Amino acid sequence: MIDIIISAIFSDNLALSFFLGMCTFMAVSSRVETAAGLGVAIIVVQTITVPLNNLVFHTLLSENALQWAGIANQDLSFLKLIAFIGIIAAMVQILEVVLDRFSPALYSALGVFLPLITVNCAILGASLFMVERHYNFTESIAYGFGSGVGWALAVVLFAAIRERLNQQRIPDGLRGLGLAFIITGLISMGFSAFTLS
Amino acid sequence: MTYWRRYLFEPLLNNNPITIQMLGICSALAVTTNLKTALTMCIAVIVVLTVSSGIISAIRHHIPSSIRLIIQITIIASMVIVIDQILQAWFFEISQVLSIFVSLIVTNCLVMGRTEGFAMHNDVVPSILDALGNAAGYSLILIFVASIREILGMGTLLGIPLLPLAEHGGWFEPMAFMQKAPSAFFIIGLLIWGIRSIKTEQVEPAKITLHNTPPVSATSREGGS
Repeated sequence: MIDIIISAIFSDNLALSFFLGMCTFMAVSSRVETAAGLGVAIIVVQTITVPLNNLVFHTLLSENALQWAGIANQDLSFLKLIAFIGIIAAMVQILEVVLDRFSPALYSALGVFLPLITVNCAILGASLFMVERHYNFTESIAYGFGSGVGWALAVVLFAAIRERLNQQRIPDGLRGLGLAFIITGLISMGFSAFTLS
Repeated sequence: MTYWRRYLFEPLLNNNPITIQMLGICSALAVTTNLKTALTMCIAVIVVLTVSSGIISAIRHHIPSSIRLIIQITIIASMVIVIDQILQAWFFEISQVLSIFVSLIVTNCLVMGRTEGFAMHNDVVPSILDALGNAAGYSLILIFVASIREILGMGTLLGIPLLPLAEHGGWFEPMAFMQKAPSAFFIIGLLIWGIRSIKTEQVEPAKITLHNTPPVSATSREGGS
């Protein structure tokens, strides 16, 4: 459990070693507050959707999973992509409604980011990795939480560096996207030092 | 007949999806450790983007705008599943290397961005040309990055030995760093710098004007390093 969380945060960081969610990563990281808001939203959605997808995959889609319904010898795992996207989109919608009803303050802070998350490859990627690595239900909770924290950590660190860089003199061609990539590379090098092997 | 040329060639360098539009970066970097996987990924993206752009453009008048995203995702996802199944059936080894990244074409912002931004408002032929152009621009960057990473990281290109390796008596010592994640960030960053040094109109404007701050002196710059 603990090592799944730790490795998901540091050595297997979704953004820095698998490049997932890079588009959003580059787009929202100009201010620390926005980055932190999106980071929290990612942690929440990740912790809910990865275990949920795990449950759906193992009770409905994986090989011979439908034996409880009396159907044998079927393998619906090719449908996992569409199923996962549907679940993520539905979860995000439900989360929006629930937050709006019970915590308007949190809703106004996270509301803008929730629709963005539906098409974020980090969320779908985490669910697909969960299937590929054969995590069980408790492990998938740990993995969902850990990978969310790792992504949030990376985006906040990156936004903080970018905020300072805005006040520096930078060569013309490097300003903006070019430098953003190189900074991400440097952070990624730092994180890869956590890899054990 | 110059319009098709604009749709087809503009996204190659002047309006490249990766270096200018910031689309499709997610998957672009992960598959570039060698040229073979990058080429497979390029073909997958070209097919998915072209076919889904064509389909969406053809049925665009029948899609209610409130559910257009869901319909687009479903069409794209169906295409991706087909490609994924084909890869697993006939190119099993490559599909193992690409692992989840073929599936992630679904959430690739390049595909969604072009279908939502272009195919929803244009006829079938321009949409297909635009899709081909953007997919080609994306492929261009992928092939460039993958070639550099494979040559410097392993001394080969498409598996063919190119540089004499030190272990076989040559002079070239493979750089393991080139096979790791950070190198992809550096190569793309430097590539963007290079493109923008030549095409200066692509330079992003400075966010904060600096006329109040004193210029950084040479001594303080040296002191920092």
